[in-house]
Amino acid sequence: MTMPVLEIRGVTKAFDDKPVLQGIDLKVEEHTAVVMIGASGSGKSSLLRCINLLVDIDDGDILLDGEVVTDPTVDPQRVRRSLAMVFQHFNLFPHVRVLDQITLAPIKAHGIPKDEAVEEGRALLARFGLADRERDYPDQLSGGQQQRVALIRAIATRPRALLLDEITSALDPELVGEVLEVVRELKEGGMTMLIATHEMAFARDVADEVCFLHQGRVVERGLGRQMIEDPQEPETQKFLARMLATRAV
Amino acid sequence: MSAEPISRREVRAAARRRSDRRNALIAAVSTIVVIGGGVLLLTTRQGWPVVQETFFSPEAFRTSFPDILRGFWIDVKLFLAVEVLVLIASLGVAVLRSTRAPALFPFRLLAAVSTDLFRGIPTILVVYLIGFGIPALALPGVPNDPIILAAFALTLSYTAYVSEVFRAGIDSVHPGQRGAALAVGLSRAQAMRFVILPQAVRNVIPPLLNDFISLQKDVALVSVLGIVEAFRVAQIDAASTFNYTPLLAAASLYVIVTVPLSLFLDRMQKRDRGRRRLEEARR
Repeated sequence: MTMPVLEIRGVTKAFDDKPVLQGIDLKVEEHTAVVMIGASGSGKSSLLRCINLLVDIDDGDILLDGEVVTDPTVDPQRVRRSLAMVFQHFNLFPHVRVLDQITLAPIKAHGIPKDEAVEEGRALLARFGLADRERDYPDQLSGGQQQRVALIRAIATRPRALLLDEITSALDPELVGEVLEVVRELKEGGMTMLIATHEMAFARDVADEVCFLHQGRVVERGLGRQMIEDPQEPETQKFLARMLATRAV
Repeated sequence: MSAEPISRREVRAAARRRSDRRNALIAAVSTIVVIGGGVLLLTTRQGWPVVQETFFSPEAFRTSFPDILRGFWIDVKLFLAVEVLVLIASLGVAVLRSTRAPALFPFRLLAAVSTDLFRGIPTILVVYLIGFGIPALALPGVPNDPIILAAFALTLSYTAYVSEVFRAGIDSVHPGQRGAALAVGLSRAQAMRFVILPQAVRNVIPPLLNDFISLQKDVALVSVLGIVEAFRVAQIDAASTFNYTPLLAAASLYVIVTVPLSLFLDRMQKRDRGRRRLEEARR
């Protein structure tokens, strides 16, 4: 078996004695998508932030391509350069135009020549239907367009894995589709992804594996369709029943 | 008899126009009565000619104004130079205080202490202390020119305020921006330079200009060092003639440079408010 791109081993994290991760184990193989579902506060977002070293973990290990990256001796910038993250609230830079938004990291953090970065940025914008928006500022775009720009910004650095933190939760319902479409396309292109989401239909369709998190633990895991349509654990069943009551799957 | 059908929209617009006209009329009448009445009251008092002669004498104005204007040129040069120095120094202090490198700890400590210190000491005391204190040391290679020492003193005093303005600006940038900057692979320094500082500076332009307005008149404090700038010239003239017109002439010069800045500031804040309202409405 090949080495997973991401491996989480017994990771724990507490904020002020309040445990948020209580021993998470998880693997993301290359070209696969692992989707985490679970109620708000179940630890999905915290785990993603720990993987990107934006938050220090308490115990356990996180491995990227077999290397333990959670040791204090590891340069976090080097790790973050091989990962990319998209946030619930986009976090685009409001003072930066769309094209520069996408080329900033390739040029400054990866040392790619400007011409090359611009050319590649334009190609990505064209591929995702935003070619006519390269001179716009974020506040001139719709929420869906902003999140698509954030996705392009994330993949412009050619990351080993993409971390998606509830990227449709802040969007109006009619804008969710266009964003998820981009993620589906990235999946087809072979992008390795770890995704936290509340979109169950999307989880079922795109995931190679779905993990249900509850109180900082993976309570159940399985193939997308089986997990969403036929969960075994009572907590999973309760959660999915609540989700089904408010949303169409 | 059937009346022309009028839409409710037209009726409301007409009512609104009537009310606008009435409000404008009331404002105009009120202004004429209050201001006009005040001026009338003042100028018909028995002592008015004395007031006019003491504060608004055209002759005293003509004799002293050229010298005051020349003195004011020193003020202008001084505040322009100090503004640039303060911008650079306070940005440096603010960024320094937000770093975390252990090697920079003593500098952070120094910056924190000097900020608190110079905010606590009256500016006039700092000017006096440096303007007279440093020449008294007679150190070789240290300038004794009172204008340079005055500029140094004002820079110290104002950097303490303005660096806090910048620091507040840095704090005002949403933490998610730093997270996003780090997540795309930028270093801490790059995140500060390309993502946080541009937003921070934009956020603090109004309070920054406010401090500069205050600096543009605080330059008069350097007169305690015997620098013959506008206020000092006016003071000398007033003292020798017992006429206070020169002081008012000097005051008007300070006003002339600060008012445009105030108006610009007002306009900018209004535009900011408008933009924020627009953003909220779009949400």
